[in-house]
Amino acid sequence: MKKMLGILLAGAMMLSLAACGSTGSEAANGGSTAEAAGASSDLKVGVILIGDETEGYSAAHITGIKDAAAEVGLTDDQIIWKYKVPEGAECSDAAEDLVGQGCDLIISNSYGHQTYMVETAEKYPDTTFVSMTGDFAAISGLDNFKNAFTAVYQSRYVSGVVAGLKLQELVESGTLTPETQPNSFDADGNVKIGYVGAFPYAEVISGYTAFYLGVKSVFPTVTMEVMYTNSWFDIDKEGAAAEALIANGSVIVGQHADSTGAPAATQRKKDDGVICYSIGYNIDMLETAPTAALTSSTNVWKAYYAELLTAAMNGEEIPTDWAKGYDDGAVAITDLGPECAEGTAEKVAEVEAALKDGSLHVFDTANFTVDGQTVTSAPIDLTYYDFSSGEAVAVYQGETKEAIHDGYFDESTLRSAPYFALHIDGIVEDSEPVA
Amino acid sequence: MAAHTSHPAEPLVRIARRKAAPLSRKIAVRAAAILLALVVDALFIFFVTGLNPISVYVVMWGGTFSTPVRFSWAMRDLSTLLCIGIALAPAFKMRFWNIGAEGQVLVGGLATALIMVYFGNSLPAPALFAAMVLGSVAAGALWGFVPAWFKARWNTNETLFTLMMNYVATSIVACMTNIMRGQASSLGTLNKATKAGWLPIIFGQRYTINIIVVLVLTFAMYAYLKYSKHGYEIAVVGESENTARYAGINVRRVMVRTMLISGAICGLCGFLIVAGKDQTISTTSAGGNGFTAIIVAWLAKFNTFYMALISFLLIFLERGASEIASAYSLNEYAADIITGVILFFILGSEFFINYRLIWRGHHKEVKGE
Repeated sequence: MKKMLGILLAGAMMLSLAACGSTGSEAANGGSTAEAAGASSDLKVGVILIGDETEGYSAAHITGIKDAAAEVGLTDDQIIWKYKVPEGAECSDAAEDLVGQGCDLIISNSYGHQTYMVETAEKYPDTTFVSMTGDFAAISGLDNFKNAFTAVYQSRYVSGVVAGLKLQELVESGTLTPETQPNSFDADGNVKIGYVGAFPYAEVISGYTAFYLGVKSVFPTVTMEVMYTNSWFDIDKEGAAAEALIANGSVIVGQHADSTGAPAATQRKKDDGVICYSIGYNIDMLETAPTAALTSSTNVWKAYYAELLTAAMNGEEIPTDWAKGYDDGAVAITDLGPECAEGTAEKVAEVEAALKDGSLHVFDTANFTVDGQTVTSAPIDLTYYDFSSGEAVAVYQGETKEAIHDGYFDESTLRSAPYFALHIDGIVEDSEPVA
Repeated sequence: MAAHTSHPAEPLVRIARRKAAPLSRKIAVRAAAILLALVVDALFIFFVTGLNPISVYVVMWGGTFSTPVRFSWAMRDLSTLLCIGIALAPAFKMRFWNIGAEGQVLVGGLATALIMVYFGNSLPAPALFAAMVLGSVAAGALWGFVPAWFKARWNTNETLFTLMMNYVATSIVACMTNIMRGQASSLGTLNKATKAGWLPIIFGQRYTINIIVVLVLTFAMYAYLKYSKHGYEIAVVGESENTARYAGINVRRVMVRTMLISGAICGLCGFLIVAGKDQTISTTSAGGNGFTAIIVAWLAKFNTFYMALISFLLIFLERGASEIASAYSLNEYAADIITGVILFFILGSEFFINYRLIWRGHHKEVKGE
């Protein structure tokens, strides 16, 4: 009992110490609020991140938000950051805490945050919640819950064009022939390429199909193998998948996974004398793979955040589903690597311009077939399901809408999150993920 | 022969066990430890991060105390940590090193989640909750029973055994969550549409029941260890198995029974986490509390009321650290250093309460003390 009293007293002393301190800092806080009052808006933004600046995906969001804030004139103390928030109950805690700190706008950057964000959004109808990469804002029936995603399939298509030009150069120069690298040609004489995918979701399928179609638009005799890692970030598995793909004959290795594992492995194989190149994702891979990296497709999150912050500051309506691509500068490819084919930059500029003005559609139905047939109809069920009991239970009922019109599959317009999930001819998914 | 006051062979300082220190001394030592920790932290904060130490301390304090809801979250997290501490207390008092609380909590949580999902629509609420509680308790008890039985039967090493059981539990949970998420990319909350199996909201929070249950357990376990015959048997087995045998205590039975209880409470904690706190299950549902709780149980010497205080301190430091990281855009590691220093000094102060240092040549003063 005595001991307990001792602990209690020690605790009490700590309290009084901290209490003494608090007077000092209130003054300091007072100073900063005065500063904020001088800013053009009293908007307060809360940001919930799955990682921190040391993790590429979150780092891209941090940069995007900071750049956008600087552009629209938001000061540092108008943004509250929550780092390393897991996709669990911690996320609803973080969101609720940000509400408590006076945030008017709360952004989360990972897909799995969505189901927790929506709970908090239900509780606080006066605060706006944006779940980046989420997919059920429009059918949630909440006015204060939003989704956004970039049309990254467009930049994947462009990165595919870069890869296609390289293939063309390799074949036309006689560097890559059935004699020099027999493994890289299938029985029909198609050149093999590969793709390291994270999970077999629409987001990844949409991405690799766009990439493949980009390659095919330049170099038509091509076939692609997709290998999954079942992880968004796993350097070892991504490296192992790239090595396996190259061993199977892939000349180009694309990726939809967040690490540098695949480009690093491709560079090692290239240094061993194999003809192989890498197309990265998110960040410039030239540091990791100085000669093997051709380019990477990236998101330019700033494009969205600038629009979001401006709308929030002016009290304007925030779009429920935001998805823009080249037309808004929301996607891009990184600097071209030294071994890119001649004339790549010109071709890229041409394709980007066509995507921008809408004369080119990535998923033009004239350019792909499923089971040998041209696809004329692709109904998309927008309902959000819960599969946990073994059967699909609709959590938010959505309509089923037709995605194909005017001869192309219209990606990311029915909702911001990708939904292209057709398995087109020429691409083979490995049934087993990489070991 | 003249006595040498400082013999060359005498060490500079010797450590001797202190008889029960007076309360005033305990308070003084702990207060000094906290003060010293705050000073060392202030130096770190000022010279490494360049921030004002006082305002950092205020932010840290605010992690738990700035708003009522933050305080209530602290209570919720405290109840989880304390619940596992309570579960571990009888096992550790028996000197049975149960490192497997993490796994026992996970299987309890998994049992809860499975019952919640597969019977959520068919059972009425009271029966569903009863099934969830029973399922979680049984699963946790099983996870505690297996290593205990092997130890009682073949004297296997329980530290390794319980530790390994954690990995088994984690893998089973990983496998099941993968099955349950179906075509979705992550599992999300369970029974989102029906909210079946979610604990009811009381006083505005779902986890109010968690706090009440753990409060009851705190008293119950205190009484069990201190006043029951079982508690006495546990203490005797912990002191010496041979003495226990000599006194006619069935050591094997006590061992298995105690681990069943330990595992069952861990399993119940899994139920509270899934039904009252997270409404979902994942490999990180126990969140390392199974290991932190070992510190809690040991520091409190298995007194459940001290455990509550120590849990509170740990939760306060943890919430303070993440608040510092958020408020100053500091890397979380820097915030962890700040709380780590405080914890280090508080733990270190126990040494000065239980032991004294005898400096070379200070015999007389020490004797006079």
